[in-house]
Amino acid sequence: MGIRKGLLGKKIGMTQVFTENGEVVPVTVIQAGPCYVTQIKSEDRDGYSAVQIGFEHAKRLNKPDRGHLGDRPPLRHLREIRTDDVEEYTLGQMLDVSQFQPGDLVDVTGTSKGRGFAGAVKRHGFAGGPKTHGQSDRWRAVGSIGSGTTPGRVWKGMRGPGRMGNERVTALNLEVVRVDPERNLLALKGAVPGSKRGLLLIRDAAKGGSKSG
Amino acid sequence: MDEIIRSFTPESNPNIPELRPGDTVRVHNRIVEGDRERVQVFQGVVMRMRKGGVSATFTVRRIAAHGIGVERTFPFNSPRIEKVEVLRRAKVRRAQLYYLRKYRGKAARLREDRSMVERPKRAVQES
Repeated sequence: MGIRKGLLGKKIGMTQVFTENGEVVPVTVIQAGPCYVTQIKSEDRDGYSAVQIGFEHAKRLNKPDRGHLGDRPPLRHLREIRTDDVEEYTLGQMLDVSQFQPGDLVDVTGTSKGRGFAGAVKRHGFAGGPKTHGQSDRWRAVGSIGSGTTPGRVWKGMRGPGRMGNERVTALNLEVVRVDPERNLLALKGAVPGSKRGLLLIRDAAKGGSKSG
Repeated sequence: MDEIIRSFTPESNPNIPELRPGDTVRVHNRIVEGDRERVQVFQGVVMRMRKGGVSATFTVRRIAAHGIGVERTFPFNSPRIEKVEVLRRAKVRRAQLYYLRKYRGKAARLREDRSMVERPKRAVQES
């Protein structure tokens, strides 16, 4: 684990941009930062090394949070980023989008949109049944869930309908297309988990690395 | 939030005059062939226009060799479009001229809209 850059942000929405040679690139616009380093965790004291960063001004904070933040600005969201190089960071340091450059690859973590109780076709991509030839009730059915008398039960972990979405999802290796430090905006190629205004954690890519370097 | 999205939208390509369905246009489109770049002209009738901010497009239909209809869709914001000339403006009664696909030859003609003749000419000279 090298230096890991990170930032918290909010999804604004998707649009498209044109490259100089006229290619269309679908992008997600994210309002990211400014973030402040709120705590530095070290191997000796905490058993692992990480930096905790905070994002977005909080109107109200409970007493434990106020005490934790001390004289740093009141922040609404706190998240940790695992990194070995905690020396690179100082308490209260401000982080913004300028740590990223167009061409960098990043990972984006968010909470996916909740789909509620979803069927197996939507949730696991099952094919469903035939729509015609005298079928009834079988269009989106799960199909067979096991054998007969042997084993006489359904295997554990059999995929079926259930709650879908509203879980932590990370999109890997998204290319940074535009950076706007003045307005704290990032445009990343492709889609990002979650709804608009959803909280996102942006880190430089864990796998693959940067395209430019 | 929408304003932020819109701020990422480039200014609409200034080389494209105001278009309408039914216009006969020449689209000068830059294309890259290997390492060479050249301008290709596509002439036909504007068959439909789609709104949508950055992703707005217009589709041009032309009759190619052997009477084969060719439709090409261009994004309004594409930097590859060098120039669009409006050659003729037609009187049409719908926004999407899909019915042109059914007709060929004389049947596919459109009635010219003479009232607008001055305006497109001026737009062409300006660009």
